Amino acid sequence: MVIPFGAVALLVIPMAVGIETTLLARIGPGLFWAVVLLFGVLVTQRESGAEGSPQRDLLTLLGVDPAARFAATAIANTILVLVFEVAVGAITIVLYDPDVVGWGWIALVLPLVAAGLAMLGTIAASVTTGLGGRGALAPLLIAPIAIPIMLGAAQATEGLRVGAGILRWVLVLAVVDVLLMLAGVLTARPLEES
Amino acid sequence: MPSTPVVDVAGIALRRPNVLVLRHVDLLVAAGEAVGLFGANGSGKTTLLRVLATLVRPSGGTGSVLGSRLGTPEVEQVRPRIGLIGHEPALYPHLTLSENLGLVESLCAAPTMSAADALGAVGLAAAGRRRAAHCSNGMRRRAEFARVLITKPDLLLLDEAHVGLDPEASELVEHLVGDVVERGGGAVVVSHERDRAARIVQRTVVLSDGRIEWGGG
Repeated sequence: MVIPFGAVALLVIPMAVGIETTLLARIGPGLFWAVVLLFGVLVTQRESGAEGSPQRDLLTLLGVDPAARFAATAIANTILVLVFEVAVGAITIVLYDPDVVGWGWIALVLPLVAAGLAMLGTIAASVTTGLGGRGALAPLLIAPIAIPIMLGAAQATEGLRVGAGILRWVLVLAVVDVLLMLAGVLTARPLEES
Repeated sequence: MPSTPVVDVAGIALRRPNVLVLRHVDLLVAAGEAVGLFGANGSGKTTLLRVLATLVRPSGGTGSVLGSRLGTPEVEQVRPRIGLIGHEPALYPHLTLSENLGLVESLCAAPTMSAADALGAVGLAAAGRRRAAHCSNGMRRRAEFARVLITKPDLLLLDEAHVGLDPEASELVEHLVGDVVERGGGAVVVSHERDRAARIVQRTVVLSDGRIEWGGG
């Protein structure tokens, strides 16, 4: 359901900046990542919050480890974001015709970004569970932490465009993912008990 | 089966921001005993059940549930032996009743009944393929009872036990509570229908404004 919204966002922007093809090809990848961040996190937050208190209580009483629950939710959300990335990526290529090479590297960057945003959305949903104004609070939590993910993604695709090496940006993404995974696993139990 | 008290808590208090929800609650539920918990709306009944279910850590007080001290990591050992049926059903709305109970069966350490048999036992054999979101409140409640048949808890906590139930389903409540008591476990039953609840409990406790007004430990 979010994919059409992402498509509309990508469609509307050329109307605002003009349809100069060179410009669109230049800004296409950046807009793609912006749409992925905005809508992808919305998806993960919504999916993570779909489980209500009774369901969480049931899993707790059945002895499901909170860290395992985080991991399972994060994996499911990663798949959702990845599907979103692929669908919106295809639309970006059609609308913006970006000059991107190194599809092998892109195949590595996409899941790293998806995993990072998925874990971020899952952690934000856990932190804001039961809080009033949760809808406004979660994005405020996510935005600053998403910066290194977006930076790594944008710089990687820009590097591919100009033929520069992108290994360091891939490593940035990988490190952020590992840190988010550790944060999610270590905070799962305290967040549940709070 | 436990012969020590199933629930033995004293001085239980729970504070939320600006509100003292529970105040010095003492409660004893002996092995083989069902206790009725009554009180007005907002008196703290649901909160007390959640404390006894070890889902909420009390702000004060001491005690044990199924021999494990409240507020300590010990409670993780006994959680699988606790059955809680709350206000709202713990069912995933987009899954069918069979899938919901199949999930419980797969996660339960020692299921005593299959999901299919449990659904049959509560009269929902024909509704197993229906999504939980498309079931009536009464059907969802019966599915919760089926969950208890699978997990066979030693402490059964029922919140608003009789709400939305027809007479036949109410008999299921009596059966579940009677089964736990017979096995030497314990039950705490919250209900606004005191006559119905009185048939299945041995003792009643009245909670008022977070405090035991009558009954207790």
